[in-house]
Amino acid sequence: MLLLEQCLNGLQFGLLLFLLAAGLTLVFGIMDLVNLAHGSFYMIGAYCAATFAAVTGSFVLGALLGLVATLIVGMMVDVLALRRLYGRDHLDQVLGTFGLILFFNELVRLIWGPAGLSLPVPGWLSAAVEILPGIYYPSYRIAIIVVALLVALFLYIVVMRTRLGMLIRAGAANREMVGALGINIKRLYTLVFGLGAALAGLAGLMQAPILTVQIGMGENILILAFVVIIIGGIGSIRGAFLAAIFVGLVDTVGRAFLPDLLRLAMSPAAAATLAPALSSMLIYLLMALVLVLRPEGLFPVGSK
Amino acid sequence: MKDKFNARSIVIACLLALLALLPVYVGLTGHYFPLTLFTRIVILALAATSLNVILGYGGMVSFGHAAYLGIGGYVVGILAKEGIASGLVQWPLALAVSAMAARIGGALCLRTRGVYFIMITLAFAQMIYYVAVGLDRYGGDDGLTIYRRSQFGSLINLSSKIEFYYLCLALLLAAIYLTWRLVNSRFGMAIRGARSNDRRMRAIGFPTFRYRLVAFVIAGTMCGLAGVLLANHTDFISPAVMHWTRSGDLIVMVVLGGMGSLFGPLIGAVTLLVLEEALSGITEYWQIIVGPLFLLVVLFARGGIDGMLAGAHRG
Repeated sequence: MLLLEQCLNGLQFGLLLFLLAAGLTLVFGIMDLVNLAHGSFYMIGAYCAATFAAVTGSFVLGALLGLVATLIVGMMVDVLALRRLYGRDHLDQVLGTFGLILFFNELVRLIWGPAGLSLPVPGWLSAAVEILPGIYYPSYRIAIIVVALLVALFLYIVVMRTRLGMLIRAGAANREMVGALGINIKRLYTLVFGLGAALAGLAGLMQAPILTVQIGMGENILILAFVVIIIGGIGSIRGAFLAAIFVGLVDTVGRAFLPDLLRLAMSPAAAATLAPALSSMLIYLLMALVLVLRPEGLFPVGSK
Repeated sequence: MKDKFNARSIVIACLLALLALLPVYVGLTGHYFPLTLFTRIVILALAATSLNVILGYGGMVSFGHAAYLGIGGYVVGILAKEGIASGLVQWPLALAVSAMAARIGGALCLRTRGVYFIMITLAFAQMIYYVAVGLDRYGGDDGLTIYRRSQFGSLINLSSKIEFYYLCLALLLAAIYLTWRLVNSRFGMAIRGARSNDRRMRAIGFPTFRYRLVAFVIAGTMCGLAGVLLANHTDFISPAVMHWTRSGDLIVMVVLGGMGSLFGPLIGAVTLLVLEEALSGITEYWQIIVGPLFLLVVLFARGGIDGMLAGAHRG
């Protein structure tokens, strides 16, 4: 019973990771840009949503406004700064976006102060639902799972079934050719970048009621998103989706059950020391294993 | 380097003279703060120099180099806590553990290229960070105070600020000398060749993976030494030492000073840390200035400060 609950938690966490990783992998696949500042959008989404929710008094309105704000910030960052980094060395991009992280963290501290914010769970989602006879699960977490799955579906439809998605895929395959055919590549890039930022913002604002909204909240989860896209194969949305759920499950379930498992094999004291370190290493060990077997990730995008 | 008195060599000579004479100034004025600051700068310059071996000469963008600072520091801290204060045990062991970590991590990371390499080094450093957070016996998240600096008998007293500073400076210069010998050797040529064109190097018979791995281990060990010094300098070790932003700082130092330049990391470390110190005196929100500055360096000063001094355009 506990296992089911932990699996749902893992699924929920994995789907959030997917929202982050999808933007990251899209931006990398299409613009060949390593964006370390992606976690900043996660943070900005959460901060904006918390502020707007407090002002308007409505969670949904706050979330929508927060989403729009993140989209705008993302597009502005692209136009003002990152546009100049396309086509540059990856090292340059890493450094430039690292600078952006410092900037955004400090900007948030300047605007909202060093103490975190909280975004309360809306009243109509605060109850627990009975998912199976005798098993209750928080409805807010179910809502996250549903929204994230809908977004994943939406993303799939946009990328595979619309004209915009066609341009995105064409741009990933050969950007010069798409430009030569009369498409405004810069505008397309800005749009995709804003979309990726909004996805990260969505993940941040949905996670906000579960954890607190604080400076640097996007950084640890960003590194997990990196692990996800390494495992999934950089540039592949399908790979990101499967790897995100896998990582989410392994991480959550591992943290929940590894102490008990270790206790079966060794003394309680040794298990208590080893378990926290080992369970936080688990997904990195998994990543190492994947890299040994498949250095390009599980779902490599065909080499260009 | 035909003209020995160009701007670049003058700046480097002045910088070295300044570093060598700093304790004299401190002794005259009695203000110990600059010495503390510059001990830290010299130690981080050593770490940046080690990163330059793989980043500047080998083209391997490691975003997890601060992990070795932590590994070196934790070996010292853990041994000190367990009652082994002798530097003759602590230091070689710290270097050996750093080398082992670089050997294992490098063997995995170097299987990948490009962005994968950046991200996997970052992830490995993060893993080691979490291991340190999980070390409850040694302070976990809060870190571990080191009550006695490494003991070297009557050889050298690390608790003396001035002796310790000169030790750090000597080790930094030794590391720069080692790097110089290394990159100009056959080994260094192979590393630099692999950076320019890996496939061609392999075609003419160089097992580039092994060469890269050896460079990776050398850099990791050197950075482990910086970690040993840093732990002795602050009398404290915590996971924060290997926070991923520290790895970012090290990259910034190398790039700001000049990648693939012998004294570049030193110049970069001095510039960045003095700038940070100055800005944090002006405003609490100094990172709001430093962040965009990184972006500007990337966009407009590709060769770093050393490149500007030499007046050379790097390709």
